[in-house]
Amino acid sequence: MDLKSKLAELKQQAMKKIEEVNDLTALNELRVSYLGKKGPLTEVLRGMKDLSAEERPKVGALANEVRDSITALIEAQKERLELEKINQALADEALDVTLPGNPVSIGERHVLTQIIEEIEDLFISMGYQIIEGPEVEQDQYNFEMMNLPKNHPARDMQDTFYITDELLLRTHTSPVQARTMEQHDFSKGPLKMLSPGRVYRRDSDDATHSHQFHQVEGLVIDKHITMADLKGTLEVFAKKLFGEDREIRLRPSYFPFTEPSVEVDVSCFKCNGQGCNVCKGTGWIEILGSGVVHPNVLEMAGIDSTVYGGFAFGLGPDRVAMLKYGVDDIRHFYQNDVRFLNQFKVKG
Amino acid sequence: MYVSYQWLTEYFSMDGITPDALGDKMSRTGIEVEDVVTLSEGLKKIVVGHVLSAVPHPDSDHLNICQVNVGEEEPSQIVCGAPNVAAGQHVIVALPGARITGNVKIKKGKMRGEVSNGMICSLQEVGFDDKVIPKAYAEGIYLLPEDAIPGDSVFPYLGMDDAILELSITPNRADALSMRGVAHEVGAIYDKKPQFKAVELNEAPDDSVQNYVKVAVENAEDAPFYTMRVIKNVTIAESPAWLKNKLMHAGIRPINNVVDITNYILLEYGQPLHAFDYDRLATKEIAVRRAQAGEKFLTLDGEERSLSSENIVITNGQEPVALAGVMGGLTTEIVDETVTVALEAALFNPTSVRKTSKAFNLRSESSSRFEKGINQGTVEEASRHAASLIAELAEGTVVSGVEAVGAAKTSPVELDITLERINHILGTAITAEEVVAIFDRLGFTTKEQEGLFQVCIPPRRWDISIEADLVEEVARIYGYDRLPSHLPVTESQPGKLSQQQQIIRNTRGYLEGAGLSQAISYVLTTPKKAQAYMMRASEPTKLLMPMSEDRSTLRMNLLSGLLDDVHYNVARKNTDVALYEIGRVFYQSEDPSQTLLHEEEHVAGVMTGLTVENDWQHAKKATDFFVLKGVVEGLLASYGLKEAVKYVPMTEKEGMHPGRTAAIYLGEKELGFLGQIHPFAQKEYEVGETYVFEMNLQAIIDAAKEAVVYQTIPKYPEMKRDIALLVDEAIQHQELSQFIYEKGGRFLKDVKLFDIYQGEKIEAGKKSMAYTLTFLNNEATLTDEEVTLAFDKVQKALIEVFAVTIR
Repeated sequence: MDLKSKLAELKQQAMKKIEEVNDLTALNELRVSYLGKKGPLTEVLRGMKDLSAEERPKVGALANEVRDSITALIEAQKERLELEKINQALADEALDVTLPGNPVSIGERHVLTQIIEEIEDLFISMGYQIIEGPEVEQDQYNFEMMNLPKNHPARDMQDTFYITDELLLRTHTSPVQARTMEQHDFSKGPLKMLSPGRVYRRDSDDATHSHQFHQVEGLVIDKHITMADLKGTLEVFAKKLFGEDREIRLRPSYFPFTEPSVEVDVSCFKCNGQGCNVCKGTGWIEILGSGVVHPNVLEMAGIDSTVYGGFAFGLGPDRVAMLKYGVDDIRHFYQNDVRFLNQFKVKG
Repeated sequence: MYVSYQWLTEYFSMDGITPDALGDKMSRTGIEVEDVVTLSEGLKKIVVGHVLSAVPHPDSDHLNICQVNVGEEEPSQIVCGAPNVAAGQHVIVALPGARITGNVKIKKGKMRGEVSNGMICSLQEVGFDDKVIPKAYAEGIYLLPEDAIPGDSVFPYLGMDDAILELSITPNRADALSMRGVAHEVGAIYDKKPQFKAVELNEAPDDSVQNYVKVAVENAEDAPFYTMRVIKNVTIAESPAWLKNKLMHAGIRPINNVVDITNYILLEYGQPLHAFDYDRLATKEIAVRRAQAGEKFLTLDGEERSLSSENIVITNGQEPVALAGVMGGLTTEIVDETVTVALEAALFNPTSVRKTSKAFNLRSESSSRFEKGINQGTVEEASRHAASLIAELAEGTVVSGVEAVGAAKTSPVELDITLERINHILGTAITAEEVVAIFDRLGFTTKEQEGLFQVCIPPRRWDISIEADLVEEVARIYGYDRLPSHLPVTESQPGKLSQQQQIIRNTRGYLEGAGLSQAISYVLTTPKKAQAYMMRASEPTKLLMPMSEDRSTLRMNLLSGLLDDVHYNVARKNTDVALYEIGRVFYQSEDPSQTLLHEEEHVAGVMTGLTVENDWQHAKKATDFFVLKGVVEGLLASYGLKEAVKYVPMTEKEGMHPGRTAAIYLGEKELGFLGQIHPFAQKEYEVGETYVFEMNLQAIIDAAKEAVVYQTIPKYPEMKRDIALLVDEAIQHQELSQFIYEKGGRFLKDVKLFDIYQGEKIEAGKKSMAYTLTFLNNEATLTDEEVTLAFDKVQKALIEVFAVTIR
């Protein structure tokens, strides 16, 4: 048999074996046996010295072609087998991906704090300062400077925890406004403030009453503040807190510290004003109290009411949370049952 | 205030205005209407019956078998258990198929063998409240007028077809605490003028009030105006149906004609009146004065009251006969035998009335009106109207004249306001004509000249005294819906959280990240809990009148509240609890000139139960001291505090485990503490092993902070060396690690404890502490020699100072 036939046969045989091989070790053995120094290809090449000068390059080229083909096939097979091996390994590693992940224990912010922070952030974006004040207040700041002199019938609207005749647990966050108005330097610009905080009323605790609750009150004082500004501000507030489709309506009311005073209803966020159990069928939910700051309140804080004026508004985060989430008992906010606290995870 | 829709129609036509529409309109314009109720709603087949005969039931000691004309051809037999049923009466009959109050259906039936075609009803059974039902009918059936037609619906006879509007009246709108006030308000809303019938009064020309009584008022401030009329020869009787109905629907119980008339006038004018039995006054002298301290007085509810100088009393010259404006006396009240009535119409000092009614817990229709104000324009008219009605209904004779002391302010008050001011406050462009029209609707006479209005406010609107009040009147009648709306245009200024607020928010964020949920507990607690776990000395602050001992004292720590929360959870089988709270504690101020309390912001946390739950991958792990300490260390690291934090054993902290509690120091200042609560405290709060911390957050907020400065990321490798030390077990980690830092040279960057061993393999009283020391030179690669040098120095010093054995 001549070398050419030998090479052809060798190629055919090798290709067949390599095609059939199914593991990397055997493949490596085949590589060594065909392409190694003691392999048949080397042997063929060694026999080339007996060939004529004319034949030699032809056979040489053929031999190279055979070697390249074998090498290429081995490489291809190697790649295939390695991939198979990895795939097998991965298959072996497969998990039940429906098993639960490791729990990450993160605490929750209290729902009232969430609501208060949301309101704070909205008003900060409109240039308000957040100002806090004492929870134990003087009668003077809590009542008198809010146009509620001693023995005013409207004091009945707010049953009060007194500590002494002059010292009490604040019944609203308004005294913070009185303190701030007294201090504010109007030559440095208007006063725009928000005062959130804990307040207290002498009430028996039940599902809808709590002796401790929260308030957020806002105040804007400048030279040309109108009731239309109040209306616009509260509209923005209602839309941000309860959704872009919300509308508001003002109803006359009475607060000693504002005149005119209005209560503010927001169109029901649950039924869109159609009437449901949240809005008691009216389509509206009473959310805020507000009004134009009473001239007496300005004057008592040392502000000239003929030059300056403004508006004030207030709301209860507890009530907002109860409405927004359908909480049926205000005591939940202060009993701190973890099954309650952990319900307000979704930050939207 | 309950307002009868039908009563309003006496003042003007209400055609085309339904009660519900009226309620809605009033709520939107000035006075909140909480509810509109028609008593007959949901009831049916309730008719007038005429009792033809009533004979005792043979098989019962209390039932009667009645034959009742219910407007049908044949009388109907009804068995009735009411004690006051009798032949000849006109009664309320629920026919078979009727529905009475409480959605109860009446069926034909038999009572002890006798057929009963329905039921004779009490007022309760058709929906009247117990507290308005006349005493005579409280235990039995109610009697209708004799001219009631059998078979007719009872609703018109009882005013049950009337709609009653329940008004919620704010303290400034006491002018609407009367039907006439409400009529003015409704008139303003609908642009109608109420018509009031003129009162006709015939006085006996031959007898004068001077023959009966002389009034003296000690202090005009207590009673600026006091009047008395006398009506003689009266016959006390039950009031006619129209009067009883009006009172009952207004929430007032009918008593007798004279008393009912005073109440009727109170409802119509808002003017409280008081009727005395003249003969029982036993005097011709009426003196209004302050009570003497300790003076005794028997009010008509039968209670003996001990008076004080805050109380104004009406006296017969000797002793009190009425608490002015609050309640009359039992001994001079109108009784069936009364012949002569002394009728008081007066104005009393609101503050004194308020104090008196508060002190005795006597809130009456009368006192609440005096407190909030009275229309001074109708004191005399109300008295005239009452006298005329007494003459009519009690067949009395009004003696001529009024005995009066002082005067009421009956003239209008003039108030000026400009158009510009109104529009400036409201942000509107209302015209002068519109404003004048609004004032006219309100019944205010107005003169306008170039945008300046001179407005005359009648005395019935005493709530209006300043410009802002007029602005409100314009706004509400104009309509708030019509106000424009926009955001304020002011000099702009940046809004941002203060550093304090930002730190508090960051603290919340950190602690929540560490797995603790935010709690908000009660500030008011028991005196004992208020004073537990205190971080500085202070007397507790107590309420003057707490609702209960449990909520009587202001907290001086957050922990006891959090432990209450843990208790609440554990009692509900929530055994794994991790909570934090940020809030104020309240100390008495040390500075006597300071009027307020010292309020300090604190942060506290509690952890109990498992920190890792048992699941398919992990074994459960209970919270321990070091879990909590890790939280606190991380929190303190998050503030960038300039001074070093250190932990010092605290063996005598009340309520805390003596061996597992540490004081937390920032430099030399004590910030708070952390540790495990004492087993006694566990028992007290009924909780398991619980770890807690509390710190003065204000001190942290106020403490010096270090700004974050970028550190070059090291280009050179660090080198680590481990060292294991056999030391006395009393030696603490903090001492050792600090010492290693001090002695480790400038390349020592970190000392980390990686193992502690105590046990069989080492001698008793000793422990093995193993540390990894990390060295780094930012400028160059460290050489072995440099590290060895520093490491040897540390080892040598440790041996010298702590007598350690290097293992």
